[in-house]
Amino acid sequence: MARNVSTGTKLGFTIAAWLVALILFSPILWVLLTAFKTESEAIANTPTFFPQNFTLENFSAVQDRSDYFKHAINSIIVSVGSTLLGLVIAIPAAWSMAFAPSKKTKDILMWMLSTKMMPAVGVLIPIYLIFRDLRLLDTVHGLTLIMTLINLPIIIWMLYTYFKEIPVDILEAARMDGAELWNEITHVLVPMAVPGIASTLLLNVILAWNEAFWTITLTSGRAGTLTAFISSFSSPQGLFLAKLSAASLLAIAPILLMGWFSQKQLVRGLTFGAVK
Amino acid sequence: MATAQTRTLARVMMAPAVIVLLVWMIVPLVMTLWFSFQNYSLINPMMTGFAGWGNYLYVIGDPSFTQSLINTLILVGGVLLITVVGGIFLALLIDQPIWGQGILRIIVISPFFVMPPVAALIWKNGFMHPGYGMLGHLWKAFGLQPVDWFNQYPLFSVIVIVAWQWLPFATLIFLTALQSLSEEQREAAEMDGANAVNRFYYIILPHMARSVTIVILIQTIFLLGIFAEIRVTTGGGPGYASTNIAFLVFRTGILSNDIGAGSAGGVVAVIIANIVAFFLMRAVGKNLDA
Repeated sequence: MARNVSTGTKLGFTIAAWLVALILFSPILWVLLTAFKTESEAIANTPTFFPQNFTLENFSAVQDRSDYFKHAINSIIVSVGSTLLGLVIAIPAAWSMAFAPSKKTKDILMWMLSTKMMPAVGVLIPIYLIFRDLRLLDTVHGLTLIMTLINLPIIIWMLYTYFKEIPVDILEAARMDGAELWNEITHVLVPMAVPGIASTLLLNVILAWNEAFWTITLTSGRAGTLTAFISSFSSPQGLFLAKLSAASLLAIAPILLMGWFSQKQLVRGLTFGAVK
Repeated sequence: MATAQTRTLARVMMAPAVIVLLVWMIVPLVMTLWFSFQNYSLINPMMTGFAGWGNYLYVIGDPSFTQSLINTLILVGGVLLITVVGGIFLALLIDQPIWGQGILRIIVISPFFVMPPVAALIWKNGFMHPGYGMLGHLWKAFGLQPVDWFNQYPLFSVIVIVAWQWLPFATLIFLTALQSLSEEQREAAEMDGANAVNRFYYIILPHMARSVTIVILIQTIFLLGIFAEIRVTTGGGPGYASTNIAFLVFRTGILSNDIGAGSAGGVVAVIIANIVAFFLMRAVGKNLDA
């Protein structure tokens, strides 16, 4: 910001902006603090801000209640697996649309995006029945497959916008120099596309990690991811605020950190580079 | 430009993605359509055969359907209104010369990464619970009776939670757009004596048009399918007060095992989404250079 303003004005804006930001952040802050309180302190009539008796027992209780680690591993397998599978299908497609476009390319891209508009409930029942018959209900690979399908359009769009920015001249120069297609791909294109592919991977892991509709409807105990795990806390025997907070913190922390590091790519990725 | 050989190659490379998405779109949709005309209940296997428009008449004639349709529209519209207006306001605020803008961005964007069930449960138990929630304590501090949000204002409560999750996204996109506005243009307008309101109307808003379109498109895609937030807070209730179409189909098809009626609801959901998509895609098609 190159604008010159008085220190007083700047202070005023700073205070206002931070106030709003902290109000928005307060639910997360609250989870962070409550996770380290005892159950009785968490629901005390006079609320405390910082934990009075700092405790870690909520975290072990979360593991005991319903095997947090198993759900976390399922989340990792499903989100990373579906993203990698998606990339394998999407890279060649995005590639050919970016470097050998035809008149129909734009229509195909729009159509692919429009499949994202299909409401999940419109296909839930057939998928549920197919999964039941193929014994895919409550399996990690079944869930990975669904997650790949729902995120594929976004992966293709993101890669397409990144590939579009690679100058065709460079590829053609490589071709002139006698590079075979395979060499062109491995030596010229992939190195240039690595940042784009990495951002795509990051964003899709975040989306898949937080996906809740399919994980809740298609899994139960065995293949449940963290979203399903947390949802099981909606019907607690009594109100375990501190334990709920600990479980929530464990579920959101990894993705929160990833998100903080990738906010710039997030804008590009989610808007397909349309907002700069 | 591309030779005939590369064009052929391009088609081959596109084939897997196109085929996978085609199958993903057509197979379940055709099945949903088929089931929607069948008498098919997992509870009562004796109920079979062609149902004609029976399932549709049953679904559409059910008062809960009208209510969930209205709820869906209020939910999507309410969240869009809060996030777009609030997002523009917040982006303008953060774009001012302030200390710690970088860290502030990170703090503001955080709710977007919170998974929906967690967001819903934090709000339900930590904030909106009449006994233990922060808002309850706040009300009591002012000598007021704590509000039982999910029983008294169920749909509003869900809107608050969802808006909290999506406000950061809108803010971030708007902020990115704002920061791409050239400083010269602003200064020129300032020189010409345009006041803050004029600058906002004639320079900032038109500049933001594209990002507003994008935010509305992306959010609508996700908001039509709001599910987890309802599932873990109100369970669609009390009654059908906070049931949207997505939750209604889940309730009919999966919880009540009525495949036929659930499918009919699913078809209706697809039709609604397609009407919305038609207008959105046209708007985006104009705004995006693919």
